[in-house]
This record gives sequence, structure tokens and C-alpha cells, in this order.
Amino acid sequence: MSELLRRILFLPDAASSLAPRVDRLHFFIIVTTFIVGAGIGLTGLIFLVRYRRGRAEALAPVMTAPAWLEAAFAGVPLAFFLLWGALGFQDYIWARTPPREALDVYVTGKQWMWKFAYPGGPGMVGVLHVPTGTPVRLLLTSRDVIHSFYVPAFRVKMDALPGRYTEIWFEAVRPGRYRVLCAEYCGLDHSRMRAEVVALEPGAFETWRARQRSEPTWASGEGEEESLLGPLAAEGRVVAAKQGCLQCHTLDGTPHIGPTWLGLYGREEPLASGGSVRADVAYLTESMMDPLAKVVAGYAPVMPSFHGRLSAAEVGALIEFIKSLQPERPEPPPVQEPDYGPLPR
Amino acid sequence: MAPSHAEGAPRGPSYLNAEQGLWSWLTTHDHKRIGVMFLAVLLLMFLLGGVFAMALRVELLTPGDTVMGRLAYNRAFTVHGVVMVWLFLIPSIPTSFGNFLLPLMLGARDVAFPRLNLASFYLYVLGATMTLWGVFQGGVDTGWTFYTPYSTATGRDLLPVLVGVFVVGFSTILTGINFITTVHTMRAPGITWMKVPLFVWALYGTSIIQVLATPVLGMVLALVALERVVGAGLFDPGRGGDPLLYQHLFWFYSHPAVYIMILPGMGVISETVCAFSRKQPFSYRVIVWSTVGISFVGFLTWGHHMFVSGQSTFGAGAFSLLSMLVAIFTAMKIFTWLGTLYRGSLWVTTPFTYVLGFIFLLFFGGMSGVAVAVTSADLHWHDTYFVVAHFHFIMVGASLMAFLAALHYWFPKMSGRRYPEGMGIGTAVLIIFGFIATFLPQFLLGNMGMPRRYADYPDAFQPLHVASTAGASLLGFGFLFVAIYLGWSLRHGRAAGRNPWGSEGYEWRSDSPPPEFNFHAPPVFPRPPHDYGRPSAEGEVDHAA
Ligand code: HEM
Ligand SMILES: [Cu+2]
Ligand SMILES: [Cu+2]
Repeated sequence: MSELLRRILFLPDAASSLAPRVDRLHFFIIVTTFIVGAGIGLTGLIFLVRYRRGRAEALAPVMTAPAWLEAAFAGVPLAFFLLWGALGFQDYIWARTPPREALDVYVTGKQWMWKFAYPGGPGMVGVLHVPTGTPVRLLLTSRDVIHSFYVPAFRVKMDALPGRYTEIWFEAVRPGRYRVLCAEYCGLDHSRMRAEVVALEPGAFETWRARQRSEPTWASGEGEEESLLGPLAAEGRVVAAKQGCLQCHTLDGTPHIGPTWLGLYGREEPLASGGSVRADVAYLTESMMDPLAKVVAGYAPVMPSFHGRLSAAEVGALIEFIKSLQPERPEPPPVQEPDYGPLPR
Repeated sequence: MAPSHAEGAPRGPSYLNAEQGLWSWLTTHDHKRIGVMFLAVLLLMFLLGGVFAMALRVELLTPGDTVMGRLAYNRAFTVHGVVMVWLFLIPSIPTSFGNFLLPLMLGARDVAFPRLNLASFYLYVLGATMTLWGVFQGGVDTGWTFYTPYSTATGRDLLPVLVGVFVVGFSTILTGINFITTVHTMRAPGITWMKVPLFVWALYGTSIIQVLATPVLGMVLALVALERVVGAGLFDPGRGGDPLLYQHLFWFYSHPAVYIMILPGMGVISETVCAFSRKQPFSYRVIVWSTVGISFVGFLTWGHHMFVSGQSTFGAGAFSLLSMLVAIFTAMKIFTWLGTLYRGSLWVTTPFTYVLGFIFLLFFGGMSGVAVAVTSADLHWHDTYFVVAHFHFIMVGASLMAFLAALHYWFPKMSGRRYPEGMGIGTAVLIIFGFIATFLPQFLLGNMGMPRRYADYPDAFQPLHVASTAGASLLGFGFLFVAIYLGWSLRHGRAAGRNPWGSEGYEWRSDSPPPEFNFHAPPVFPRPPHDYGRPSAEGEVDHAA
């Protein structure tokens, strides 16, 4: 029943422990609304037919509502509204009161990206990894204007404000990738300020975290690398833009249709076919010419071959460019944060 | 039964030709002429806002850039919102129909301060001009809400817009003061408070909100201007300010302002529902007290716009509770209107078609308001298309339908002519269906998680966007038809006679169009304003002279 309603109402998958609670109340409200709304519509239609001028008495009867009816006009809807308000407020309190054992994640909004950092590392741009079945407390702030962290599948949203921390928590109930959107208008690229929550089984999450701590892919200050590019790498950047590589590969650490190029050179990439490969010059060249030979785990085999479309010089420039995209040594995330913090619980 | 046309020819010139020439209009103190001038300018604003609405809908046909880039989109929704809210909907019904009808409905010669009334028109024109010039030359992209710190940080020149909206606010305040004074002091003998026409009650409630709330808007706009010009730091956390302060002040005005936008519409419906079901209101006092209730409780709910802003959990609960209370008044009105239809003698006309559309759409608009006032649900819906659909149901589905009902109901009063009724009804049906097709998909988009103010969106949202744009084009054609047949009728419509609807409303006791000073002699109204129970009292006590 609720699955059916969820589909009729176009609600996304209910992927957090909060989502079914919100949805249940949503269904209660919407079903009541439609029943009463249909009642009003039908009443209107019946009146239109029965009391149409010409059919009805020419002189309508004089009548005013008796006091009890007036009271009912106010009382009956009020009872429903208050009930919904109370039920909703219960869930709201729950959603805004993180359990003590929650895993903390610092979330920083910035025009137009999301950064995530765990106390003690690692930090990520654009991807938030969380374990399933574990409460996660988000401590949100912003570097510039107001943003709003929104995961439709979790039914969770909280504004990120400059100069203060707000908090919200959620618990993902099953592994998957969930869209993060910015819900507070923040300027030019508001509609592209997207990120992703990757929910992993707790074991997989720990593995991921251990690996990230040793080999972080924290990105910062995308603007600066520009000036540091050598001439060949700079040309590679132009080629990458012209050939459309950047439609699928990002330079900021965010996975997109393809893996990010940031920190790619020299990285061990896990392969879809099992095993892994070190991203050296040979692998990079192969990936351009015969992309399906080794597909990185977690990505669809969609990259076209550039065989015949790239000259040898262009391949060299591209590789030089990718080489240049090394993350700066990550600062430990707490230093990334302003030095005031949320109150201890 | 045909409406009675049994009046004699109008005695003497009407307000339209009492004086001739453009100058006589521009310098008039006649509330009717001022109302007509407001109406003309407002319709222009509506056209401008509407063109931008269509541009937005076209852009949203596909993800990514369809016809404009992101910057252009952000500017376009700012123009749309600023024009529709600040320059059209807030002043709409009070300044046009309110100005025209208030004295007529009270049996007065004019409003209390006729010169102030003209000043308020020119202030509006001045403010609107500045606002428009500011939005276009500055390329403002903040949205109509001017949220800090984006509005204080953006590189675009916002100042003329802030000043422009501030000036328009003053025009609103002056109109409010004028109306309140008029209702208190200019009622004809016999019109006691409980015999005041319901439209007047609605204008009165609206005026109270305008006078009490608009100064806060002026204040907050001035603070943003200060912040931008001298770097006051009020909203800048880096200097001890607080960006949320803006939202509190802004919504302290703007929630009451949503009632500025709907109350006059509710007043129009209270009038017309009686006129076309030929019954007195099912409960006059429920309508009156709910109007007064909205005017006051509406001030206590502003925090429901900030459930996810980081305000305290307790605050959210309190604002949710208060929002539930204010919603009751709307529910009471809806049931009272339905009760008025019950066993009436329903005359299906263009205004009545809009009345039915209004009641139905207001119900869904109001219920979706209650839904977003439920704190937990708003965690999901806040700032998504669900909210966009909610307020468009209220502001277009209800307020604009009421505006159209008023336009058609009082068109004969103002112009002395009829429009083709069949055409009117057909167009009304088209507009109502076009409206539903446009905004119903937006509720679903909101459920899916589509945030507002997005130039670009994930592909999954596209089908519903296409549906919404298709609906919007129906809506656009509907408005075009209205403009065409009403424009045509202004010149070529049949003469209306004094009271083509056979209405008991006090305003119909004078000629249509009315003479310069409304009544040929001081009128007396011994019967209540919506007294349809008895055979028409037409002409019985027209003029006591
Ligand atoms: C009757 C006239 C109403 C009008 C004209 C109206 C208009 C609006 C507008 C313009 C907004 C959006 C403002 C923005 O974010 O840009 C809004 C939001 C909202 N309205 Fe209404 N509204 C009305 C009735 C109601 C009622 C009866 C309720 C609740 C009892 C309500 C509850 C809300 C809430 C909670 C929001 C904020 C939703 C959010 O941002 O998450 N409204 N309304
Ligand atoms: Cu944003
Ligand atoms: Cu509100």
C-alpha cells in the first residue's frame, strides 16, 4: 500500500530511517486531502446540477448556519491540523536530535560544492561515504552564502550557514548512491551544486576509510593549480576540454561518469573485473585507446575509444596534464574548519 | 430569469466623461479613475511577469541550457518574482477594485483622503519604475526574497531595487491608511459594522496588515541597503552579524503579506458567491471574524518558512502550531461559501465559473500550506517545487482567479459594457484546466526532490517539467483570450444597464458606470448588503432625496 502510494506520488526510494516516518504522515495528509477535496468537488458539481438557476426555486431560501455548524467548520479541520502538527513535530524532534553514538561528519558548503570531513580524516569533495545502519550526524557550515544540504531519498534537509554550525542526522538503511542537492538558492551554479552520498556496509566503509586515511584524495583550491601547470600540461588541459574528456572526468576529486583525474596518476585503481592496476603512463594511454580493456570498478563501460582522434602529441599532453593533477597534501580536516565548533553534547 | 434592466437612462455624465483628456485623468482625485489607472498599470505588470514566466517554463523544458544560460535564468526568475509579487499581486485587488468600489460600497463620495490616494498612485508608479529599471540595469539575480548574505555579497547592483520596493511599500501603507479611515468615517447612515459588505471587510483586514507589516519590510530593505553601502555588518557573521536575522524580519512582513495577497480575493468571492447563488452568506459573522482572525494571527506564523534554517526545535514547533491556527480561518471560509451555494439559485456566468475554480483551488492550496507547516514533512518539502506549487495554487489558483472574477463581475460597473458571456465562461474553464495542468506536476516534482530556482536539473525530472510547460501554454492562451475579448468589449460590448447581474451589492445602486460623485443624492441603505432572501428591492430606496 505505502509502496504504491510512494510511486503514485513520485517519491524517491525511502532510504533512511526517517524516510518511512515522513512518508507515513505525508500519505495520511494527502489521502485526507484528496478525500475531502473530492468531496468538495462533487458537492460543487451536484449543487451546479441541482440548484442551477431555472431548475431551482427562483427565490432561494433564507438561511444562516446554526452555531453548532459554525463551530464544526472550525473544530473539525482544527482537530486534523493539530493531529498532523503533533505527529510531525514528534518526528521532527527525532530528526533533529542526533543519537549520542552517531558518527560525526563536518559538511562545508561553498559556491558551488560540498566538502565532507571526518574528524581525524579523511576528507572528500562531492562524495560523502557513510556506513549503513549507523546514525550519522552532520555538522554543517558554509564558507560563503547560505546553502542547504538535501538528500531526497533520506527526506533530510538542513541549511548550511556561514559563521555557525547547524546539525541534522540520518541513518541510511541500505547501501547505494543517493543524490545530494543544494536546496537554498546560492547563485550562478546553484542548480549544479550536486554531490552524492555513498552508503556502504559498515565493513566496506571501514575498509574504505582505512584506505583513504593512508592515501587521501582530499582536494582543495581548484583555482590554484592553473598557474602551476607547465606548458605541456596546459596544452593537455585544452585538449581535454576540446575532446570532451571533462564531460565525464572531473578535476576536483568528484567521481562523475568516469573517475576523477585528481590524484589519478599513480593511484591503484580497483578493476571491475577484479584485481587492480596502477595508473601509470601505459595504463592511461591504453584507457584512451581501448577504454573497455580495463574498466574501473563502480563505473559503467561507457567511454568511447579515442583511437584515431588523438595525435601522439595530444596523448602526451593529456598525460602530462593528468600527472599535474596531484592533490596537495591534505591538511587534516579540523584545520579546514573555523576554530569555533559546535557545542559538545 | 433575466436580470432586471428596468432602470431609466443614466442621469448626466459618468465618471468616464465628466471631464475629458489625459490631463484630467493624471490629475484626478476621483477614486474611480485612480482605480482604473491602477488597473491599467497592474495589467501591464501582469503581462511583463507573465512573459518571464513563459520564458522560465520554456527553459525548463530540458535539463541543461534550453534557451538561456544559468545566469539569464537566475535573472529571469528574479524579474518574474519581483514583478508578480511586489508590483502585481500585493497591490492588485485593493488598489484597483478596492479603490473603485470601497466608497461606492459605503455610500461615500470618495475615499477619506482623495489627494493622498493620487499620491499613492504616483508613489507606486515611481517605485515600480525604479524597481524595474533596477532589476534590468543591475541584472539582479537574488530572487524576490533578497536573502542575505547572497544579496549583500552579490556583485550586482541591488540598490535601486531595494529603494524601488521600499517606495512601493509606502504607496501600500498610504492606501491602507486611506482605506481604514474611509471605513471608519465614511459609512453612509445605516451601514453599521455588521452591515458592511464583505468585500469591504476584506479590504479592511488587508489594510490593517498593510499598515502594521509594511514598515517592517521597509526596515529590512533599508538594513540590506546599509549593509551594502556602508558595510554595516548586520548580516555578516564575520563581523558579529547574523544572516538569519534577515529571514526573521523578511518573513515577519512576508507571511502577513501572503494574506495581503489573498484576503482581498476572499472578499471578492464572498461578494460574488452571494450574487450568483442569490442567497445571503451562509454565515456573515464567520466570514467577518475569520477575516479579522487572519489579519492578526497571520503575524505569528513567520517561522514556518525557516524550519530547516537552524532555528530552535522549540521555535519550529511553536510556529507550526500557530500556522495550524491560521489555516482554520481559511477552512471556515471555504465551508461557508459552500453553505452559501447550498439550495441557492446558481447562475453560471464567467465570474461564477472563477468562483468555483477559486474555492476548489484554494482548498488544495490551503491544504498544501498545512502540509508544509507540518515540521517533519517540511524537512523534505522545504524549498522544493512542492512549495512552488503550494504558493502558486494560492497566488494564481486563488488570488488570480479572484482577480479575474472581480474583473468580469465589475467590468460592467466600471465600463458600462458587457462582454460576450459564452466566451468568458469557455475561457475561464480553459484557464482553470491550464492552471491545474501547470501546477499539479509541480507538486510531484517537489515530492521527487526537485529544488526550486534550478536552471538545470537531473534528467529524471524532465517528464513532469514538460507537462508543466504544456499546461502553462494553455494558461497563456487563456489570458490572451481574456485580453482580446475584454479589449474588444470596451469599445463594442453591449451597454450593460445599471445592474446587469441583478446584484444586491450597494455598489450597484449607482449608475454603471457611476457618475463623478458616485450617487446623485446621498444614498441610504436600510437593508443588509447581501440580502437576497426577498424579491429584489431594486430601486426601492435608491436615493433618499
Ligand atoms: C492563504 C494564502 C497563502 C498564501 C498567499 C501563501 C503563500 C506562500 C508563499 C508565497 C510561500 C513561499 C515563499 C517563498 O519561499 O518564496 C509560502 C510558503 C509557505 N506557506 Fe503559504 N501561503 C498561504 C497559505 C498558507 C497556509 C494556510 C499555510 C499553513 C497553515 C501556509 C504555510 C506555508 C508554509 C509552511 C510555507 C513554507 C514552506 C517552505 O518553505 O518549506 N501557507 N506560502
Ligand atoms: Cu544552492
Ligand atoms: Cu508563511
